[in-house]
Amino acid sequence: MASPLNVSVVSADQQIWSGEASMVIAKTVEGEIGILAGHEPLLAILAAGEVRVNATSGERLVARADDGFLSVENDTVTIVARDAELIK
Amino acid sequence: MGAQLRVYRSKIKSAQTTKKITRAMELISASRIQKALSRVKASEPYSRAITRAVSAVATYSNVDHPLTSEREKLDSAAIVIFTSDRGLAGAFSSSVLKEAERLAELLRSEGKTVSYYLVGRKAVAYFNFRKRDSVKSWTGSTDQPVIETAQEIAESVVSSYNLDDQEGGVDEIHLVFNRFVSMVTQAPEVVRLLPLEIVEGEVPETPSTDVYPLYEFEPDAATVLDKLLPIYVESRIYNAMLQSAASEHAARQKAMKSASDNADNLIRDYTRLANNARQSEITQQISEIVGGADALATAK
Repeated sequence: MASPLNVSVVSADQQIWSGEASMVIAKTVEGEIGILAGHEPLLAILAAGEVRVNATSGERLVARADDGFLSVENDTVTIVARDAELIK
Repeated sequence: MGAQLRVYRSKIKSAQTTKKITRAMELISASRIQKALSRVKASEPYSRAITRAVSAVATYSNVDHPLTSEREKLDSAAIVIFTSDRGLAGAFSSSVLKEAERLAELLRSEGKTVSYYLVGRKAVAYFNFRKRDSVKSWTGSTDQPVIETAQEIAESVVSSYNLDDQEGGVDEIHLVFNRFVSMVTQAPEVVRLLPLEIVEGEVPETPSTDVYPLYEFEPDAATVLDKLLPIYVESRIYNAMLQSAASEHAARQKAMKSASDNADNLIRDYTRLANNARQSEITQQISEIVGGADALATAK
């Protein structure tokens, strides 16, 4: 299996969560997208909705990230939104 | 002589009262610097992420955006000045205002008209006193800036940047704020915000061919850039506000510390003088009594 993704969820005033994950599912303006390790570099605008992160620790996070964007580069996933927050 | 002593005593009292106030302000600022600095630090991941995203778009695509392209004719400029809401912070606000004046002078000498956006009550007061106009001003939260204010400022400067010259649009936007260098140094800094010039690229420059490395944009590069740049501008403004807030607390702590020290010196000097006055009063009284007793003895 490929190396895990490095995921960080960032809002304007703090880093909300960071860690390793096996998969990130987000909703962009063009539809839902699932990101696994080895994904090509991507920069996408997020649509209103939830971002789900399956952490390698088995944790499942759901974050709200309206009005933000998602970037993927070298297995590093950054979810950025002005007022992102973890729902659970 | 008794009058002199009273004067000294009241001066000592007033210096002591002032010292209590300045000492308290010093301690309050000292505790707030740490908080302000940790906010600067906490906002770093956000601005780093945005900067990286912007430089990715800039490097991996060839879209032109009005916010990044230099205009042919530059004849108006806007300056955003970040000061504090409250005084008693030494040269904090005045050094920024001085820097802004210097910049305005420079821009005018290049034949540009200058308009101002003000942040902080001190800047507003400065402009009101000189009966000068500003386009817009924000007050009330300079010591604890919030992202919403940065968003408002970004929206209004970007929208005035996007206007045509005839409608009062501006061709470039500068920020003037205090950068937090260390606890003892805060340097006023001028940054040109628009058109964007600094994209700190972490991605190595690709040779200028027409083929760009594979990089996917959703929905497409132009739209992503369109969405990203205002956020980038906003994060730059937010960063300036946070820097300015941390500098404000540091400047106030320093100013209040030297005020407390000066009060200490004053109290010491006046105490010496008061002791002197008391001593000479006593000496005088003794010599009066001795002189009086002498006079009585010889009169007998």
